[in-house]
Amino acid sequence: MFPEGTFLKRLIFMFIQILLQAPTIVQKDIPLPLPVPEWFLIVVLVSMFLVHMLFINFMVGGSIITLAYQLLGLRKPDYDKLAYEVAQTITVNKSMAVVMGIAPLLAINTLYTTYFYTANALTGLMWIMIIPLVTIAFLLLYAHKFLWHRLEKNKLLHISILATSVAIFLFVPLIFLTNVNLMMFPDKWSVVEGFLSALTLPNVFPRYLHFLNACLAASGLLLVWYFGRSSFDFEGKFPALSRYRIRLNLYTVTFYGSVVQFLVGPIVLMTLPTQGLGWNVLGVILTGASIAVFALFWLWKELNAQEAQFGKHFPKIAVTMGIVVLFMGSGRQLYRSNVIDPHRKLVAQKTADYEKMVQEARTEAARPPAAGPATAINMPGETVFNGNCVACHQVDEKLVGPAMKEAAQIYKGNINGLIGWIRKPGKKREGPAMPAQTHLTDEQVKQVAEWILSLNT
Amino acid sequence: MDFPIFHLDFIGNRAMIAIIAVLHAVINHALAVGLMPVVTMLEIKGFRLMATQPELAEKWDRLAYRILFFAFIITTTIGAMTGVGIWFSAALINPASIASLIRVFFGAWFVEWGVFVTEVVLMLLYFLTWKKLKSSMAMKFRHVKYGLFLSFFSWITMAIIVSILAFMMDTGNWNTNRSFLYGFTNPLYLPQLAFRTPLAMTMGGMIALFLTLIFTRNDQPFRAVALRSISKWVLVWGPFAAGGAMLYYYMIPQNLTGNLPVAMGTIEFQSWYQQIIVIVAVAIGLVILLANWAYFRPRTTPVWLAGVSILLIAGLMGHFERLREFIRKPYVIGEYMYSNGYRVEDYPLLKRDGVLKHANFVATKEITVDNQLAAGRDVFILTCSRCHTSNGAVNSLASKFTNMFGTKPWESGPLKGYIKNMHSARYFMPPFPGNDEELEALTVFIKSLQDYPQPVPGAQDGLGFQKATPAKPLAYN
Repeated sequence: MFPEGTFLKRLIFMFIQILLQAPTIVQKDIPLPLPVPEWFLIVVLVSMFLVHMLFINFMVGGSIITLAYQLLGLRKPDYDKLAYEVAQTITVNKSMAVVMGIAPLLAINTLYTTYFYTANALTGLMWIMIIPLVTIAFLLLYAHKFLWHRLEKNKLLHISILATSVAIFLFVPLIFLTNVNLMMFPDKWSVVEGFLSALTLPNVFPRYLHFLNACLAASGLLLVWYFGRSSFDFEGKFPALSRYRIRLNLYTVTFYGSVVQFLVGPIVLMTLPTQGLGWNVLGVILTGASIAVFALFWLWKELNAQEAQFGKHFPKIAVTMGIVVLFMGSGRQLYRSNVIDPHRKLVAQKTADYEKMVQEARTEAARPPAAGPATAINMPGETVFNGNCVACHQVDEKLVGPAMKEAAQIYKGNINGLIGWIRKPGKKREGPAMPAQTHLTDEQVKQVAEWILSLNT
Repeated sequence: MDFPIFHLDFIGNRAMIAIIAVLHAVINHALAVGLMPVVTMLEIKGFRLMATQPELAEKWDRLAYRILFFAFIITTTIGAMTGVGIWFSAALINPASIASLIRVFFGAWFVEWGVFVTEVVLMLLYFLTWKKLKSSMAMKFRHVKYGLFLSFFSWITMAIIVSILAFMMDTGNWNTNRSFLYGFTNPLYLPQLAFRTPLAMTMGGMIALFLTLIFTRNDQPFRAVALRSISKWVLVWGPFAAGGAMLYYYMIPQNLTGNLPVAMGTIEFQSWYQQIIVIVAVAIGLVILLANWAYFRPRTTPVWLAGVSILLIAGLMGHFERLREFIRKPYVIGEYMYSNGYRVEDYPLLKRDGVLKHANFVATKEITVDNQLAAGRDVFILTCSRCHTSNGAVNSLASKFTNMFGTKPWESGPLKGYIKNMHSARYFMPPFPGNDEELEALTVFIKSLQDYPQPVPGAQDGLGFQKATPAKPLAYN
């Protein structure tokens, strides 16, 4: 089935495999009821995920912008100071991004248990790599921020530190996107072979581009506000730069990021497998897109405004963008439920069937055997033996420890010796020593010893 | 478990989760729960001197800030990410159990998240506003309040999570009372909290002591004063930590004998129980000795010994975490689900039909004479791999069976006999869930570990079905 050959050949083959429809797997769900109503989980998932993503956007976009400013700062030192200022925001945004991610993680774990965990396991190594990778990126960000003045003379090293964490930030989203893609398509689960092959799911890279643009657009907007605050002494801090110019440039970043979304968006839609597309999804997304047109319009006005008029559309732009994001997030959830919900019905059915079988088997097992040889247990010691000793001992044969017939020979007529051994075993043979059976009562030890010695006859 | 099964066949799955979890617990106890009150206390020392002795006040303030800086860097990177890492790794390693726990504990975890958000916001506020809020007494007072709130919320986070842990350890009433409030009334909850709280405070104090020794090298007079206050903190909490450890120590057998009498009989537990008392005595003894040293002879206190005592007390904590393993086994959720991810109630069905028939992500559904080895590998993955590697570094089947049956070729009979009955003498092992055919296949796989050991891939390496089986090597057969 799987060709030997060059890496490229393997990759192409993987890709073809993934495009082909493989048999859809239907799992059993966890047979415990949902702890809260489903709508509550969906609201938490959608709303808190957007908050999480907003901070992620600020964090990733902020790091990229810091890097850009620092590179500009090599020529014009005030840009380096500007970079330092932007770097201050990342510390807050990254901590908020992590903590706000926990609620949607909890919600998606509860609501889409089988789907999410399956995708996690299939890309397992990379999935768990998120933890050390992000930790390293965070530590590097701190090193970059707190060693700024000490590394003044070694800009190459200083910028490399930041560039490394930016590189990690650019890679990690691919792992998440692969997972949220893979979880929606049970028909792909049987053909996926680890992270690299799941990465070739057709929708991963378009969404990745979508994400990067969002990072730039959101961070640009955040910084337009940050540098525009009247309490921020821009002119005092950066005498060689113009507050208006910098904010204009940041607006341009936002504008550019948003315009490109209009080109990437349709590609994201087109590469989504059709089974989840419906008028509800399209309706919500197109509504979002048409609201985005207004934001773009005001952005355009800001870009062309006189310096005195500059900034007056900012609140409208921020609010409209927020609404657009809410629409896009809801559209995304609608698509996911369109894809998964029919499959979830199958899963629920299978879970119910399985539970029925489990109960039947339990009743069956509880019923005493109708006919058949009566297992004659004559001595209470045999019951004790079967409950405690059989893992290591058998009657006739050596298992881990010696055969009981052999022990019966050794302790013939010496029941106290046998009891003493069971209570406090020594070590006479190869293999592990016998543990002391301190949990047995004196009566039980006596019974089992009697039974062992009875094997002599 | 009806999930594709992630498996690390060298270090083992338990090792991965243990590293992440212990790292997180130590950082949480030492640097968040324990250290935040110490930092606040040092800040208050400076605050009180602001009007009368501004220079000395500034020294206290600077010391507190530098200690906080250290805590901030570690907790918001390694601390935060290992917290997420526990979720990630638990979901990879035992999805059935974490998914079941989430359905019971959703409320507790949701509240925990709220407290956690508050904690992070307060941490950011406390650290980032330190330099802005120190120009006047009023501002400083506000800042001190942030510190007090932060200390309180750090402790609350721990108190909630301990309830969840206590619930998971309890082998009692899960089946009759499936609610998380039960965790708070669990008999091990209060002893655990009584142990963890002073332990965290002691650890926090020791970290502060260690850092102060480093930060005040060039200011001997202030060093003496600072070390005195911090060692007082350690001397107050240290004995409580020892007391809490002893209380917990005495509560354990009571709970064990109530629920799992067999546990007491194992060599592993007996040696653990004997070791822990030595470790408690040595670690806490050293801490108290060092605190006395710092109090009476601040000039000669050795930094390295402070470092050693921190490592020892972290070791003590890690050693206590092992207790959970002893108490919960063979279950992952008391009397409901075994460590292998199968529920107790699944057993009659699986014993009858076999585990393969009801599993989705396996290469073999029907066992034939030709596919016994592959089927056995699947049975291993489904029933053993959560705790065992095949031939890896940690807890491998190969080492266990070599230990029991020696290096001579293992025979099917004794292997089967052992696996069928292992749970009756080794209390920590769940019963084998499969049917006789699967047991046969499993022994074929186990025997192959002796002749021709091959690492067993997990789901992350591809699922195994839809794939051609590799040709058999000549060395095998």
